[in-house]
Amino acid sequence: MTIISSKINTRSQEFSAKSEAMQALVTELNKNLATLKQGGGEVSQQRHLSRGKMLARDRINALLDNGSPFLELSQFAAWQCYDDFVPCAGVIVGIGRVSGIECMIVANDATVKGGTYYPLTVKKHLRAQDIAERCHLPCIYLVDSGGAFLPRQDEVFPDRDHFGRIFFNQANMSAKGIPQIASVMGLCTAGGAYMPAMADESIIVKEQGTIFLAGPPLVKAATGEVVSAEDLGGADVHCKVSGVADHYAQNDQHALQIIRSSISRLNHVKKPNISVLPTVEPLFDAKEIYGIVGTDLKKPFDVKEVIARVVDGSDFDEFKQYYGSTLVCGFARIHGYPVGIVANNGILFSESAQKGTHFIELCCKRKIPLVFLQNITGFMVGQKYEAEGIAKHGAKMVTAVSCAKVPKFTVLIGGSYGAGNYGMCGRAYDPTMMWMWPNARISVMGGEQAAGVLAQVRQDGLARKGQSMSVEEEVAFKAPIIEQYEKQGNPYYASARLWDDGIIDPAQTRQVLGLAISAALNAPIEDTQFGIFRM
Amino acid sequence: MFDKILIANRGEIACRIIETAQKMGIRCVALYSDADKNARHVAMADEAFHIGPSPAKDSYLRMDKILAAAKASGAQAIHPGYGFMSENVEFAQACQDQGVVFIGPPVGAIDAMGSKSAAKVIMADAGVPLVPGYHGDNQDPAFLKQQSSDIGYPQLLKAAYGGGGKGMRVVWNLDEFDTALKATKREAMAGFGNDKMLIERYLTKPRHVEIQVFADSHGNCIYLSERDCSIQRRHQKVIEEAPAPNMPAALKVAMGEAAVAAAKAIDYEGAGTVEFLYDEDGSFYFMEMNTRLQVEHPVTEMITGQDLVAWQLKVANGEVLPLTQEQVTVNGHSLEVRIYAEDPDNEFLPATGQLDYLRQPQPSRHVRVDTGVRQDDEVSSFYDPMIAKLIVWDETRELAIARMLRALDDYRISGLKTNLGFLTNLVAAQPFKDAELDTGFIEKHHDLLFSPANDTCHRALALASLAILLKRQKQAVATTSQTNDPFSPWAGTDGWRLNEQSSHQLALVDLQDVTHHIDVKQSGGCYHFNFDGVALIVNGQLNDDQLSATINGHKINLLLDQDSQNITLFIKQDIHRFAIQGHDSHSFESDETESKLTAPMNGTIVTVECRNGQEVKAGDPLMIMEAMKMEYTITAPYDGTVTEIFYQSGDMVKDGELLVELTAQES
Repeated sequence: MTIISSKINTRSQEFSAKSEAMQALVTELNKNLATLKQGGGEVSQQRHLSRGKMLARDRINALLDNGSPFLELSQFAAWQCYDDFVPCAGVIVGIGRVSGIECMIVANDATVKGGTYYPLTVKKHLRAQDIAERCHLPCIYLVDSGGAFLPRQDEVFPDRDHFGRIFFNQANMSAKGIPQIASVMGLCTAGGAYMPAMADESIIVKEQGTIFLAGPPLVKAATGEVVSAEDLGGADVHCKVSGVADHYAQNDQHALQIIRSSISRLNHVKKPNISVLPTVEPLFDAKEIYGIVGTDLKKPFDVKEVIARVVDGSDFDEFKQYYGSTLVCGFARIHGYPVGIVANNGILFSESAQKGTHFIELCCKRKIPLVFLQNITGFMVGQKYEAEGIAKHGAKMVTAVSCAKVPKFTVLIGGSYGAGNYGMCGRAYDPTMMWMWPNARISVMGGEQAAGVLAQVRQDGLARKGQSMSVEEEVAFKAPIIEQYEKQGNPYYASARLWDDGIIDPAQTRQVLGLAISAALNAPIEDTQFGIFRM
Repeated sequence: MFDKILIANRGEIACRIIETAQKMGIRCVALYSDADKNARHVAMADEAFHIGPSPAKDSYLRMDKILAAAKASGAQAIHPGYGFMSENVEFAQACQDQGVVFIGPPVGAIDAMGSKSAAKVIMADAGVPLVPGYHGDNQDPAFLKQQSSDIGYPQLLKAAYGGGGKGMRVVWNLDEFDTALKATKREAMAGFGNDKMLIERYLTKPRHVEIQVFADSHGNCIYLSERDCSIQRRHQKVIEEAPAPNMPAALKVAMGEAAVAAAKAIDYEGAGTVEFLYDEDGSFYFMEMNTRLQVEHPVTEMITGQDLVAWQLKVANGEVLPLTQEQVTVNGHSLEVRIYAEDPDNEFLPATGQLDYLRQPQPSRHVRVDTGVRQDDEVSSFYDPMIAKLIVWDETRELAIARMLRALDDYRISGLKTNLGFLTNLVAAQPFKDAELDTGFIEKHHDLLFSPANDTCHRALALASLAILLKRQKQAVATTSQTNDPFSPWAGTDGWRLNEQSSHQLALVDLQDVTHHIDVKQSGGCYHFNFDGVALIVNGQLNDDQLSATINGHKINLLLDQDSQNITLFIKQDIHRFAIQGHDSHSFESDETESKLTAPMNGTIVTVECRNGQEVKAGDPLMIMEAMKMEYTITAPYDGTVTEIFYQSGDMVKDGELLVELTAQES
């Protein structure tokens, strides 16, 4: 038991300046979320409500256990990606407790483009299923969608990770004993019709829900048959005649009640095979993270100050404290669950990479979930370091991270650049869940470095022709590159494209991690088999 | 001393007199009307006489019946209390004629003070300061107008024989005079049968300070400190206190001596009160003299340690006053509030009804409750709707105020509307605490004292929500602790959301069937409510049925009763009940008609309106049940035949129980 003693002076000018800067980003984040929560806008929401339907977020609130947390995922999916404003990519996704069981909830927002699937809607839906499958979370689909967004059919229909994958996942999760419950609360046309049909149990709402492979207009076009939507695929048809749906709900509220009751009958028992202790709050205020980290990535901070504000009782037992100290490794608990924390405190050297590898091996052997706190510009470069084999040491860490089968959680708390991103469990390394703070940046290298490299390449090319760029020309050459990197490395740009599972308020990191770890523990922790470590 | 006295009064003052008299070994005879046959004063007395029907004019104001009772009982003296016969010259005279001692001043003294204008002439002659004004007999309008202009403005024009706030008008300038005179005269004639007017200077920020005087038949007359009764509504006292705060000692003496001079001027005997208007500048003017024991006499008793009723009895018995002026001491501070059955939010409309539940603060050396009622008694419209006087004493005014607030908080009355909440607002008001007293206090601080009607409801909703949320928290912790994941963050009930403040949406349905949608923001242990722009910040702890909560910094403890469907709060005197809408509160019976034949809530069947085998049409009444004091008619939801009736009138039924079997008609 080692309590981190904070050396932060919360009264210093530097602290308040950093704190204000981060607070501004968090305020912007809150504001942007408020915009997203308007869904398809006032008019659209009123029209939805006037039909006696509940809004997607209200459905989720009514579905969840009273006061239960809701760990929403990919809030900013599709943010500024399309010409159309598609808030949350038209589908609300997250983990919440229903009848005492953590479930993955996927709720179409019919006020956004009729709940149709844009390419990123598909990606978000599939990501939710991916997390559910990994964490063994029962899936609840609140279906209210017109199906694929037809103008972009080439980006949503044909490929492996396109619309069809939703049903593939449903079938395979069902096979693994991960329950699939679908409630039809609106349209469920064409491909969408498979969502309830593929579910273990399905519910349909009277006079609201419809399930059909082809809607009345298409039927008329195809066969000339004139039929109403209700007669074609309403609740009466599917509950009393076709058997496509199992439960008949009077309204949204009733449907949600049936889901709650279905979930309570799953005979689902969560058995976390892990030591748990009562939760102890950190000794320091989480909001102090703002003033510690700030928003200027060039200003270093001691990551242990962050850890002190995330882990139970600010209690952190560091591993190899005095060796390879630019990588901080150690054991702690978050919300009572044991975790191994891997956090950057500077650039990665050979020693730090070896230390990280050792530590990841420890956690995998002991089945302790891993938490990566990324703030990394990359591995050290230069002749000395190449000569000592930094590439193979880095490779060892990447191997360890790749093969680790314990739940892995990554938070980008600062820069995430180059191979540093790999060693610290970036998106490609399949973290169970991954988040970004609003101050973080992600790119292959920093914008300035990239501009510098490209300017050098150009200077070399010009030199071969006996020409050169003036200082002014070089600045002008670099500017758009720096701008591009800044834009593409921005958390909103990243989160919009599902490169992570959401932007989070740094002060909520502890809660997000606690909920995520707990959710992940619905699945047993597998044994890890590592690949060959280059020695 | 007398062996037996008759108390020609009712309610708290009758009880108060009986208490002292019995302590002195005097037997007491009570009187009662129809309405009072089970009243507390009757129960306390040694014997009691029925004197007629409920209206006062047929009972407590019937001189002949009172004297007959006195004669029949052998009472040697009659204590009139206050009100009723207490300042009635004819009655005092009749007592004298019948050889019964009237416990009060001599007939002449009552008579002298009976007419306000006559009283002022006597006082002026005795050198008691008077408000500049005209109290003469010349009622010629032109003459009065001249007087009006001499006296100055603003001024008060009032009926010489008036009272109770009627027949008086403030005149702000000469131009208004003629109209005001006509209107006031008209009112006086209608109200008192006499339109004689007097004119007085009107003080804009006056305090009502009065002196308790006592005189015996041996020529001794003293005063027992003063009382400040400035907190009034429509000339009716609401709070009385002694001694008067922020009043120089020399002035108190001057006022006391003026009061004694007034009493002596009319050869007074017994207990009397000389009322003065006390102006900001330190001047004071004689208002009137009340020739009886005042309602607010207890505050004087509390600070002097004397029993004024005992003094009255002694004086009436011809004894010398128990103390000389020098022996009178004043100790600490005392406050009295008058607890009324009335609706402060509805112009203080008197309320009537049964005291279904009555809990009074525990009497102690600090707290005194003078009351004439007990739980289950009826507050009827026949008499003054005062329920009790609550009196407190402590070393200082500040401590006494704290005592009063606690005592008010301990009071529980259900069954009828009371002014308890209003009194609490009054005593808690900062200007009152700062002793910024004047007779216009209540009008001046209206906004502070009269909370908008919604306020109570909002507080109740906030507290109900708090209780529900705290209970959820407890339940979630209890449930989760029995699982394999006992400390899971998923068991949290604070409604945590990513990138926004935790919030809760609750829906509570009140007894009027209005659904209140409540949005509660949670940060830490605090719950933030916003009702139409009124912010309430609440936190608290729930222990079984006890909720200790803080609302906007104000701490309160209350009892409640809640299950998953309903919550009932007992907030001080009010009861609030809400149905909780949630996961399980919606019933989605596929055959909705069937559910309508069940009891909508726990209650009693009043009548069965159908018989077995009867054919009924949709909408026909089948049964009437009573619950929560409301009647509910169970009607046929469809045409059909009654095939079985499960309950008879008088049966208790539970919520949801099937009452009648109704076979639908084949269509």
